[in-house]
Amino acid sequence: MVERINPTAPALELRGIDKRFGSVHANRAISFSVARGSIHGLIGENGAGKSTLMNIVYGFHRADAGEILVKGRRVDIHAPHDAIAAGIGMVHQHFMLVENFTVLENVVLGVERGALLAGSLAHARAELEKLARDYGLEVPLDAVISELPVGVQQRVEILKALYRGAEILILDEPTAVLTPQEADALFKMLGRLRTEGKSVILVTHKLREIMAVTDRVTVMRQGAVVGEVATRDTSPRELAEKMVGRAVLLRVEKAPARPGDALLRVSNLEVRDRFGVARVKGVSFDLRAGEIVGVAGVSGNGQTELLEALAGIRWPTRGAIELGGRDLVREHLDPHARRTLGLAHVPEDRLRLGVVMSFSAEDNAILGYHDGPAYHRGPLLDRTAIRGACEQKMAAHDVRPALPAQRISAFSGGNQQKLVLAREIDVDPRVLIVGQPTRGVDIGAIEFIHKKLIALRDAGKALLIVSVELEEILGLADRILVMNGGEIVGEVARAEATEEKLGLMMAGVKEAHA
Amino acid sequence: MSATATKLPRWAELALLPAVNLLAALLLSGVVVKILGESPWAACRLLLGGAFGSQDGLGYTLYYATNFMFTGLAVAVAYHAGLFNIGGEGQAYVGGLGVGLVGLWLGHLPFLVVMPLAILAGAAFGAAWAFIPAWLQARRGSHIVITTIMFNFIAAALMTYLLVNVLIKPGQQSPETREFGPGAAMPAAHELLARIGITFAPSPLNFAFFLALAAAALVWVLVWRTRWGYALRVAGQNQAAAVYAGISPPRIIVQAMLLSGALAGCFGLNELLGSQHRILVDFPGGAGFVGIAVALMGRNHPAGIFLAAVLFGALAQGGSQLSFDMPKINRDTVVVIQGLVILFCGALENVFRGPLAALFRRKEAA
Amino acid sequence: METYTVIVLTLAATLRVATPLVIAALAGMFSERAGVIALGLEGMMLGAAFSAAAVSAVSGSAWLGLGAGIATAVALASLLAFATVTHRGNQVVAAMAVNIMVSGLGPTLALAWFGLGGQTPQLNEVAQRFTAFAWPWSQTAREHPLPGLLYAELLSGHNLIVYLTVALLPASAWLLYRTRFGLRLRAVGENPHAVDTAGISVNSLRYQAVLICGALCGVAGTYLSTAASAGFTRDMTAGKGYLALAALIFGKWKPYPTLGACLLFAFTDALAARLQGVALPLVGVIPVQFILALPYVLTVLLLAGFVGKAVAPAAIGVPYSKEK
Repeated sequence: MVERINPTAPALELRGIDKRFGSVHANRAISFSVARGSIHGLIGENGAGKSTLMNIVYGFHRADAGEILVKGRRVDIHAPHDAIAAGIGMVHQHFMLVENFTVLENVVLGVERGALLAGSLAHARAELEKLARDYGLEVPLDAVISELPVGVQQRVEILKALYRGAEILILDEPTAVLTPQEADALFKMLGRLRTEGKSVILVTHKLREIMAVTDRVTVMRQGAVVGEVATRDTSPRELAEKMVGRAVLLRVEKAPARPGDALLRVSNLEVRDRFGVARVKGVSFDLRAGEIVGVAGVSGNGQTELLEALAGIRWPTRGAIELGGRDLVREHLDPHARRTLGLAHVPEDRLRLGVVMSFSAEDNAILGYHDGPAYHRGPLLDRTAIRGACEQKMAAHDVRPALPAQRISAFSGGNQQKLVLAREIDVDPRVLIVGQPTRGVDIGAIEFIHKKLIALRDAGKALLIVSVELEEILGLADRILVMNGGEIVGEVARAEATEEKLGLMMAGVKEAHA
Repeated sequence: MSATATKLPRWAELALLPAVNLLAALLLSGVVVKILGESPWAACRLLLGGAFGSQDGLGYTLYYATNFMFTGLAVAVAYHAGLFNIGGEGQAYVGGLGVGLVGLWLGHLPFLVVMPLAILAGAAFGAAWAFIPAWLQARRGSHIVITTIMFNFIAAALMTYLLVNVLIKPGQQSPETREFGPGAAMPAAHELLARIGITFAPSPLNFAFFLALAAAALVWVLVWRTRWGYALRVAGQNQAAAVYAGISPPRIIVQAMLLSGALAGCFGLNELLGSQHRILVDFPGGAGFVGIAVALMGRNHPAGIFLAAVLFGALAQGGSQLSFDMPKINRDTVVVIQGLVILFCGALENVFRGPLAALFRRKEAA
Repeated sequence: METYTVIVLTLAATLRVATPLVIAALAGMFSERAGVIALGLEGMMLGAAFSAAAVSAVSGSAWLGLGAGIATAVALASLLAFATVTHRGNQVVAAMAVNIMVSGLGPTLALAWFGLGGQTPQLNEVAQRFTAFAWPWSQTAREHPLPGLLYAELLSGHNLIVYLTVALLPASAWLLYRTRFGLRLRAVGENPHAVDTAGISVNSLRYQAVLICGALCGVAGTYLSTAASAGFTRDMTAGKGYLALAALIFGKWKPYPTLGACLLFAFTDALAARLQGVALPLVGVIPVQFILALPYVLTVLLLAGFVGKAVAPAAIGVPYSKEK
């Protein structure tokens, strides 16, 4: 058969892609095309179907209907290797790297030349050195992945795709792990790929990125394409409204804070991981009644460890955490004891820490408080009281569906988060620490959660909020601490904070030099 | 996504799926019987007849079921804490030592004094034997599956040593103790029934059957209705969430294994006080492993465990009947069937879940 | 000189005892490095031990016995792979099911086919077994004890499978670390998602790993019933599969450290055999039951001393699904 390649055909064209998972219609007859040598944005809320669509293009899922064309030619993509053969590469949000392999081994995995490794590795080494020169993608080829910073790991992922001869590169939420400056460097690199004639699909929910680098943008909502425009002809507000389907507040309204006494005092805190590496290094701060303190930073810079040390999940090696005149560290108080002292915690990783997926909503609504007197009659659990309490929380926090007996796994991310939040604030804590308040949560629920948090502040609670979303920090916090490499590199009042300033600090530039 | 695709109605999940899995295991067992050169149908008839066809057959079936309830509950409690306790055999063996020592040393006392002491001793010895693997798992991360298996072997060595060198009845060849005192005999079921005017054929079925039922009820209350049970299930499902909630997984691991070992240790109440009246070599006879099959088949729920224990009791009783009538079948064949049940109810449960779910979806759509 | 002889003989015994452990541990390495827990070693070995002895007894050929042993273990491995890889069943439960089933199946079939209570007929003819063979001049060599005894007892005088095992170890290490297959195998045990996105089938790799594991277990089981002894007896593996697994864990899933752990087990075993009935200073004669329990106690001690799960293949025991 003679291949007819149309030189003007788009690099990638999707026609009527349709996909259902059980009763969920994840993709509804989606069609769009990506021009050669362009950067195409794909934007939409969580659950809009972006990831499903890209997974179909990469052969992870099979579409129920529709076709995929590469350079005008129909391709059958049954599995990732078909996608790779068609010149499609993908950088996943969670990197697909083998942690204890070297960069070189990761790059050759799946595209080895022959049954023996030595030859493949030598070939890849030469090839990668050339790619590194061409695109400015320097990586240490013999370093083990787990020892590399996430930014470099991402470069390895891009190199992997290029080594496989990718002409179309899909990046799924690539900036989640980067500082704004690193993100800019990435975008510059993508620009270089574009001039070389490659096509890039940038999947994101961040409007800033879409506006900054893309040529065209496709907006998805509830599994369907709701708009496609040239980037220069649109605005963030217009895109946001298309994504959500109604007018949205991009900023949360709030009055100035009126901070009171310090409720939580952290001094000289040091936390080490199980390998003995210090993850939090000499962190000190106060948290006052009636204020929200935001902790900004690229993920992996000690925020997780800080949160877990505050909550009593990890034991610090040094330092003090004082709450209501008691030192939680010296007294060796566990999370349960801390809750009784009025310290509540909405965990960063909801699925890992915050809920038990196989339990019902009502059983999840007492997690951490299952010892409370309200839930018992004698030695036995009081199932009626537990159900009643859950119904009440669901009503107060608009958790849908309001079915206490339903498994938590059957709720959407936003509703799970609302239930966790309800559980933690229902006990009227004095201090609330929140990790990634709106991770995996749809825009409607984000607004609701943000309003709740501000209402808590106004009720005189002390809140510590850790988020990798700078916009969220800027929207909520009264005071911002920036973490880098386990240290607090600076503190900025909200009024003086800009994205650029915070970004530099997140990259480790100390306040004084900023 | 696959979770929604293979979701079954509750009744199907709890009853239909285990039934289909069991059926598959029994069909394959029939194939094994056929390969052995016997007729599966005849075997089936003999088996059912032996297990349920007579009063003493039924008595034996429930007597074996009592054993399997203890070991099955032991597996289930550990399972809810996220642990696979394969050490039921050793825990039952060592627990039996505790029961037996009470029988030997205090058997002259009245039964109402001996029984609580025997329960305590059996539970304590069984729990003690489970403690070391539990502690090693909790504190050192030693794989509890392997350590409990090792403790089965070590228990066997220890008990053989004790029976051969220490506890053996003087002047006797076979390694077993003297008979327990009269106060250490569990009242037989037919005697208890006779007292209320019901005649029932003599069998080893005894009062321990009710103790096993009480243990099942106790496990249900503990696991599903107390805060300890809640903590146990949280730790078993998601250790990180347990820590978040202020529950200490190492503590739960040790507590769950102590309870698990204690339940297995009560095995001796039925086998020794109810039937053998002495300690002898290898008296658990694989009941600890049957417990795994019983727990998996019974979905780790006390009610399911009761039903599964009766099923395996029938298999044990019917199987021994079978080995009388069919020379090519012996107690090892029953072990094969146990293995097949574990395979189909435990490891291959997803094989039929998909098709069943599809069937229900089509019915729903229609 | 007496002591020297004892030492050499104990070392030679160590080698013989270590052989099935090393083969089984390497079998486990392939399976676990690919992310599938190898608790089924015990059952696969036992099944192979039965088939090898049965076929060898009937056919009169140890080689046919080896073929049958491997075939049986591979069949059991396919069953395990079907349950745990294709249907994503619980790996521990599947392995225990196979172990329990096989422990009953061997004696059952032995009774049905040979009419012997749970064992196969004695393998009396030379061709029915893998017997030890002496290297040239080993008799002469004994006249010069110091190097001669080493030559005659330690190097010479083993059966073929022992020598095969010596070659198997570097071969396995080479396969694991120097080939495409090894790279992919190690990758699938660490991060199956990475393998999947690289366009390689996770399931097919895991099947291959488990089947290799089965084939090796077949050899180990055959050794037990046709080389180390003359026929199959009930539960003749006696926990060797679990010991091998413990050695693998203690050897941090690496070939040479695992060999070290296996040799430690085997040496304890060989030493214990020497100690039977011997009066030791201070303790006197150790009861035979305690000597027999020594490897099991050692296993627990090794596992207790082994801290941290960081070196275990990251994806071990987790069924692969694309969703997460």
